[in-house]
Amino acid sequence: MSKQTIAVIDYGMGNLHSVASALEHIAPQANIIISSDRRDINNAERVIFPGVGAIRDCMAEIRRLKFDKLVPELLASGKPVLGICVGMQALFGHSEENNGVDCIDLLPGEVKFFGDKLVENDERLKVPHMGWNTVKQTVDHPLWHHIGQGDYFYFVHSYYALSGAPEQVIGRCHYGLDFDVALCHNNLAAVQFHPEKSHAAGLQLLKNFSQWQPDQ
Amino acid sequence: MALAKRIIPCLDVENGRVVKGVQFVDIRDAGDPVEVSKRYNEQGADEITFLDITATHEGRETTVHTVEKIASEVFIPLTVGGGIRTVDDIRTMLNAGADKVSINSAAVFNPDFVKEAADRFGSQCIVVAIDAKCVSKAGEPKRWEIFTHGGRKPTGIDAVEWAKRMTTNGAGEILLTSMDQDGMKNGFDLDVTAAISDAVPVPVIASGGVGNLQHLVDGVKQGKADAVLAASIFHFGEYSVPEAKRFMREQGVEVRL
Repeated sequence: MSKQTIAVIDYGMGNLHSVASALEHIAPQANIIISSDRRDINNAERVIFPGVGAIRDCMAEIRRLKFDKLVPELLASGKPVLGICVGMQALFGHSEENNGVDCIDLLPGEVKFFGDKLVENDERLKVPHMGWNTVKQTVDHPLWHHIGQGDYFYFVHSYYALSGAPEQVIGRCHYGLDFDVALCHNNLAAVQFHPEKSHAAGLQLLKNFSQWQPDQ
Repeated sequence: MALAKRIIPCLDVENGRVVKGVQFVDIRDAGDPVEVSKRYNEQGADEITFLDITATHEGRETTVHTVEKIASEVFIPLTVGGGIRTVDDIRTMLNAGADKVSINSAAVFNPDFVKEAADRFGSQCIVVAIDAKCVSKAGEPKRWEIFTHGGRKPTGIDAVEWAKRMTTNGAGEILLTSMDQDGMKNGFDLDVTAAISDAVPVPVIASGGVGNLQHLVDGVKQGKADAVLAASIFHFGEYSVPEAKRFMREQGVEVRL
């Protein structure tokens, strides 16, 4: 078997080096590419759709490079795709961020602001939700293999997602309120946290993704 | 379960070596930054902060390579600070693998730089570092001002007001160092930490003065810090990161263990 290629989609937003080095670490046999070339991305066996920064800027670049069309094509081809952080939020139909931004609309649900009055046990919570929080695995899923229930992952975000399709939710988190942080629909997976920055648990999740066979 | 309070070992790096000054003057050698970072990563540190105190251009080239090496082997967030003055400096460090950059003096000289940086790269990767010194006299209500140039130059700017302004400009986090406490091992300046933590909506990292593990707990409980940063207690093996975390958990602080 020839070695698999994992493509990290590059649309100019943020640091893709971390995602690529984490993939190189967990899949030393794989060919890891960072690319904005749709042919390269189409030829890869697996695709990572990352994202950091403001959704308006991300969506503007995604549309300019026509990745809003590419991602549905990748999904139709059956290859596993993993959205990370803003890459996950961009898969919803709409985000409240930047006075409202229309997104790619592949996952039902909404993306909302934590707000500046987020409270837990009478204590005001800082926004962004930045740091390590526990993830509750709501279903047994190949992406969770060898990851403990309630393990910590690294988050940094001010907007959170609520899925409109409970059957797509595979992980949840709590910060002042409950929200969805890991989703899966057919060959599309998406996580709110940064697996590439989440030490052993995050590397394990990337390793699971690199071996994931969604149709089995 | 809740968001864990973070423990962040800090590497002061000069010409490719980890050093740590006592009140920024007396320097001891603590090793190779890549090796030190890997050690903290393995110990379960929640983040690593890398402060470049190299003055020369050649030295800064070394820094970029060091950051690249750390980022390819350490899979926790990495903040790089020291000498970040332009959008290009930020891009260089993010491309080298840093997750966040810490802006200090450049924000004082040009407050709009923080806004420009946050607009371009997102608030999530912009940390504003504040070096604060108590300037009120005994008996007066406590007041702190910010200092630049490693604590040598006063600016006359009120530290709490400055922190608020910087978060309005888009800082995603505040790294607060007490210049009175730094290197003294007497604990954080809890008053300024709490004052700034109460005043801003974003997370605050307490820095400067850690001498024992109780100081870390105090920084979180009394200083209301979201993260605690320390250097020498970890560098010289007085305490390990897991020891610090176990102690904090025993004292009722949520930590990632």
